[in-house]
Amino acid sequence: MANPLYSARRRRSLLAMTLCVAATGFGLMWLVMILFTLFWNGIAGISAEIFTQMTPPPNAQGGGLLNAIVGSAILTALGIGVGAPIGILAGTYMAEYGRHSKLTDVIRFVNDILLSAPSIIIGLFVYGAVVIPMGSFSGLAGAIALAVIALPVIVRTTEDMLLLVPTPLREAAAALGMPRSYVVRWITWRAARTGLITGLLLAVARVSGETAPLLFTALSSQFWSVDLLKSMANLPVTINNFINNPDPNWKRLAWAGALIITLAVLSLNIIARSLAARSNEK
Amino acid sequence: MTSPIKLDVRHLSFYYGGTKAALKDINLSLATNEVTAFIGPSGCGKSTLLRVFNRMFDLYPNQRAEGEVLLDGQNVLSTDQDVNLLRSRIGMVFQKPTPFPMTIYENIAFGIRLYEKLSKSDMDERVEQALRGAALWDEVKDKLTASGLSLSGGQQQRLCIARTVAIKPEVILFDEPCSALDPISTAKVEELIDDLSDRYTIAIVTHNMQQAARVSDKTAFMYLGELIEFDDTSKIFTSPAQQRTQDYITGRFG
Amino acid sequence: MGRATALPSSFGGCVSDITSHQIQSQSERAAALASFKLADSLFAWLTRLAALCVLALLGAIIISLIIGAWPAIKTYGFDFLTTQRWAPNAKPVPILGGLGPLYGTLVSSIIALLIAVPVGLGIAIFLTELCPQVLRRSVGIAIELLAGIPSIIYGMWGFFVLGPILADTIEPAIADFVEDIPILGTIFAGPASNLSLFNASLVLAIMILPFITAISRDVFNTVPTVLKEAAYGLGCTTWEVVRRVVIPYTRVGVIGAIMLALGRALGETMAVTFVIGNSFRISSSVFAPGTTISAAIASEFAEARDLHQSALILLGLLLFVLTFFVLSGARLMLRHLARQQGV
Repeated sequence: MANPLYSARRRRSLLAMTLCVAATGFGLMWLVMILFTLFWNGIAGISAEIFTQMTPPPNAQGGGLLNAIVGSAILTALGIGVGAPIGILAGTYMAEYGRHSKLTDVIRFVNDILLSAPSIIIGLFVYGAVVIPMGSFSGLAGAIALAVIALPVIVRTTEDMLLLVPTPLREAAAALGMPRSYVVRWITWRAARTGLITGLLLAVARVSGETAPLLFTALSSQFWSVDLLKSMANLPVTINNFINNPDPNWKRLAWAGALIITLAVLSLNIIARSLAARSNEK
Repeated sequence: MTSPIKLDVRHLSFYYGGTKAALKDINLSLATNEVTAFIGPSGCGKSTLLRVFNRMFDLYPNQRAEGEVLLDGQNVLSTDQDVNLLRSRIGMVFQKPTPFPMTIYENIAFGIRLYEKLSKSDMDERVEQALRGAALWDEVKDKLTASGLSLSGGQQQRLCIARTVAIKPEVILFDEPCSALDPISTAKVEELIDDLSDRYTIAIVTHNMQQAARVSDKTAFMYLGELIEFDDTSKIFTSPAQQRTQDYITGRFG
Repeated sequence: MGRATALPSSFGGCVSDITSHQIQSQSERAAALASFKLADSLFAWLTRLAALCVLALLGAIIISLIIGAWPAIKTYGFDFLTTQRWAPNAKPVPILGGLGPLYGTLVSSIIALLIAVPVGLGIAIFLTELCPQVLRRSVGIAIELLAGIPSIIYGMWGFFVLGPILADTIEPAIADFVEDIPILGTIFAGPASNLSLFNASLVLAIMILPFITAISRDVFNTVPTVLKEAAYGLGCTTWEVVRRVVIPYTRVGVIGAIMLALGRALGETMAVTFVIGNSFRISSSVFAPGTTISAAIASEFAEARDLHQSALILLGLLLFVLTFFVLSGARLMLRHLARQQGV
C-alpha cells in the first residue's frame, strides 16, 4: 500500500524538518549559555556598592562602578539627545515632505549603509573629526560617536513608523486647512507616537552597549568625571579594561557590569518590542 | 426658484500624471445650500472630482488639474489661491472615519484654534455647538476627554463631521461617508447631511443610489471620467435623458 | 426620512448673517494662516536640512578616513595590500602591511557565514513553516535578543567560556578527525588554542545568526499563501514546499539577508578582539591566532602614532569600502525583492 517513493520523500522531509528544529535549539542554546555565563559570573559581584562606589584602583578590595554607570548614562543621554532630533526630522522629511523624491531614495540608501557601518569606523571618524581638533579624548567626542550610531537607527524607525500612518488621516487634517507642518507635528507624529518612542528605545539599547566607538573617543577614566571636555568613565570601556586585567576584584566588577549592561539592553529591547506589538494591535 | 451658484466647474480636466485624463472636460455648478450627489461606477472620477474642489490633489506631486473651479467667482485652481484658506472654506469628510489621535474635545478644538483665538469658555461653547450640530453631543458629553478613537465607527464619522462644521466652512464635500458604516449609523449620518443642507452647499459621492435619491437635490452621473448627465435628482431617477444613466440606475451595469 | 428639525440651530442663524460673518472671517482666516507661513516653511526646511545631514555624515566619514589614511597611502601604496609584515617599530620607517588583517577579516567572516547561514535559514524555516503559532513570537524574539546583546559580552563569553571548550575538546577532535585528509588537514591543523580565527568565526556566527534568521523569516513570510497551498495541494511534503517554492521565490531576499549579515561580520570589533589573538601572521590553520581589521584597530589605535596610526586608519578605510559594497549589494537585492512584491 505504501508507495516507496512517497515514503522516501516523507522521510527526507522529516529529516529536513528535524534539522530545522535542531537549528532552532542550537540558536537558542547560545542565548541560554551566554545569559547563564553572565548570571553565574556576574551575580556575585552585584551589590549596593556597585551603584554607590567609584571604580577601585588595581589590586584593591571592594569598590563599585558608580562613575562608569553615571558616565555611560551621560554619554547615552547626550548621544540620543543629539541624534534623536536630527533623526526624527530627517525621517519626517523622508516620509512626509520628500516621500516621492529621488533625494529620499538616496538618503534611505545612505542611511541603510550607516545603519550597518562598523561602529569602530565611527570611532575612527570621530577621532579624526573631534578628538584631534580638540586635542584630547573627551566625553563630548564619545557622545558624538554615539549620536552618529544612534542617528541612522532613529531615521529608519521614524520613516517606517510615519509611513504606517494612514494617508486619509493626513488628508483629513489637510482638509481642515491645517498647514503642512501642523499636520506633521500634531497629527502624524502623534499617531505614530508609540512607534517613534520604540525607535528611540531601540537606539538607546543599541548605543548603550557600544564599546568600540568609545575606545578612542571618550576613552574611559578611573575617576568621577562629569566634565565633557575630559575623558569620561563609561561602563563598556571599563568592563573592557577590567576584564583584561588579572586583578580578581576588577574581574568581578567587570562581570557585574556586563550583567547590568546586558540586562539593561535586553529589557530595553523587550519593552520596545512589546510597545511596538501593542501599537500594531490597535 | 434657483439658488445662486456656489461652485462653478468649467472645462475641468484632471491628470494623475502622464497624459491620460482621469476627468475629461467637466462642466457643472453646485447651487448654494443644495445637496449635489455624484454617482457612477468605481473609478469614474467622482472622488477625484471632489478632491479637485479642495485641491487635495496638491498633496501629491505630478497630479494636475486644468480648467477652472470657481468658488464665489474666484478660481480656486489659480496658483495664488492659498490652499489652506480654501480648505477652511471647503470642508471634507472621508470614506473611513478619521478621528485624530487626541481627545474628542481636542478633535474639534484643534481645527478652530487654527483660525481663532478663543477663551476657554468660548471654546467649550463652540465645541458643544459643533457636537450638537453633528447630533453627537448627547452621546459624548460625559467623555469629552476620551480618545476620539474610542468611539464607534458611526460616532467617529459624526465626530469628523462635527470637526468639519466647527470651522464654519461654506461647502462640505462628503466622499462616500457611509460606506464604512452599518445601516443605523448610515441613517444617522444621512439625517445629519439632510439637516446640514439648510446651511451648507454639499457635494456627496456615493455608491448607494437610494442614498443619492434620499439626500440630494441634484444628481450628477459620471462614467469613465466624463460627466454623462447632471440634473434634478427626481429627474435623474425617474426619467434620465441618457441611456447609460438609465442603465446604471436600474443596475444593468456598474 | 424625517428631517431632524429639533436640532439647535445655534450656528445656523439666518442666511444673511452667515454671509456677512463669512466675509469677515475670511480675511481673519487669511491672516491667521499667513501667520503660520513662516513657521511652516521653516519646519519644512528644518526637516530637509536634517535629511541632508545624513548624506553629509557619510561624506564626512569618507573624507575624514581618507585624510587620516593619506600618509600611509603615500608611503605604502598598493604594497599595503600585499605585505604581511606588521612592524610598527621598525627603523627607520615602520613596515606595515595590511594583508594579515584583510585575510583574517575575510576568512573569519566567510567561516561565520558557512556556519550561520544553514542554521539561520533552518530557524527561519522552523519559524515560518513548523512552529506552533503560540511559540512563534517568543522564539522569534528570543533569537532576535541575541542581536541585542552587546558585542563586548560576546567577546568575554567567547574568551572565558567558548574558547576553553573549543580548545580542549572540539578543536582537537576536529584536528584528529581530518589529520590525514590533504587540504582539510592543513586548514584544521592543531595545536588548538583559546585564541584562534576559528573561535572568532564561531562567535561571529552566533552574532550574525539573528540577522539571517529575522530577515529570512520576513522574506519567507512574503511568499503568497496560495502558492504554498497549491504546492501542498499537489501532495508536496513540507520540505519540498520549502525547497521548491519558498526558497526559489525568495532567493534574492535570502541572498540580501546573507550579505547584510556578512556586512555585520566584516566590521564586528569587540567580540573578535577578545578571541582572535591579534596576530598579524597569516597561518594556514584556522585554529591558529589571527587578526581582523577591526580587531587590529581596537587593540592598537589608542597607542599608535604617526604612520602606524595612519596605517590603522587606512585599514579602517579599506574595511569601510568593503562593507560599503557588501551592504549596497544587500540593499539592492532586498529592494529588488520588495519591488517584485509590489508588482
